Amino acid sequence: MAVRVQQEPFEAAAEIQALTRGRTDVGGVVTFTGLVRGDVAGRPLVSLTLEHYPGMTEAELGRIEAEARVRFELLDCLVVHRVGSLQPGEEIVLVVTLSQHRQAAFEAAEFLMDFLKTRAPFWKKETFADGEGNWVDARDSDSAAQARWDGASAIQK
Amino acid sequence: MSSDAMTVGDAPTAASAGQRVTVRYFAWVRERVGRAEEQIALPADVATVGELARWLATRGPEYAEAFRRADVVRAALDQVHVKPSAPLAGAREVAFFPPVTGG
Repeated sequence: MAVRVQQEPFEAAAEIQALTRGRTDVGGVVTFTGLVRGDVAGRPLVSLTLEHYPGMTEAELGRIEAEARVRFELLDCLVVHRVGSLQPGEEIVLVVTLSQHRQAAFEAAEFLMDFLKTRAPFWKKETFADGEGNWVDARDSDSAAQARWDGASAIQK
Repeated sequence: MSSDAMTVGDAPTAASAGQRVTVRYFAWVRERVGRAEEQIALPADVATVGELARWLATRGPEYAEAFRRADVVRAALDQVHVKPSAPLAGAREVAFFPPVTGG
């Protein structure tokens, strides 16, 4: 179980290999990789800058991960989030969940992403070709996605 | 996060006179205030996170602009999300920032 915040790119395949090496109890691995989209409503994006709150970011991701471990039968999980200036097409976030049976891994990956998006202290700033910068607004759909976990999970321990 | 004795559910109590806290700003709150962090000696009549935000907004036009949408600005106390009613007594670090947009 681990969370990491880093500037450098990550390699999803290598992360999965490191998590599963030597294990024979894992029945399923789910990964989610978030990428930088190259346009905002048809307007080409030059770069996306990720700011965060060092210290709180790691603490909050740790709290979210701990909650996922309580709710789902996970064998292991990993959250990697990049910060700094990213180009369109680059990877921003990686979530990997491992479980004996697939449903826990699928649900835990969604849970981790929904809570990461609404709780972890990251902020995105878009930069466009004319040099204009724009802080991304929080989306109601992300709050709604997080709120659906308020009820009991189908596979709570 | 804080090791100081403070039970969740306590009614807001006045911050100890001159209690010093580090105030940190992020994203557009940071840009509008014009700095990333500062040390503040809490005024005697500022006991909660919301009261601190209202007091900061009176410190100049840049602060007024940063806290103009007071209902949008979020806060953390010693690196844990809190509501405006959270008491400041015992806190070492307060942060103000827009709703998060990671992932």
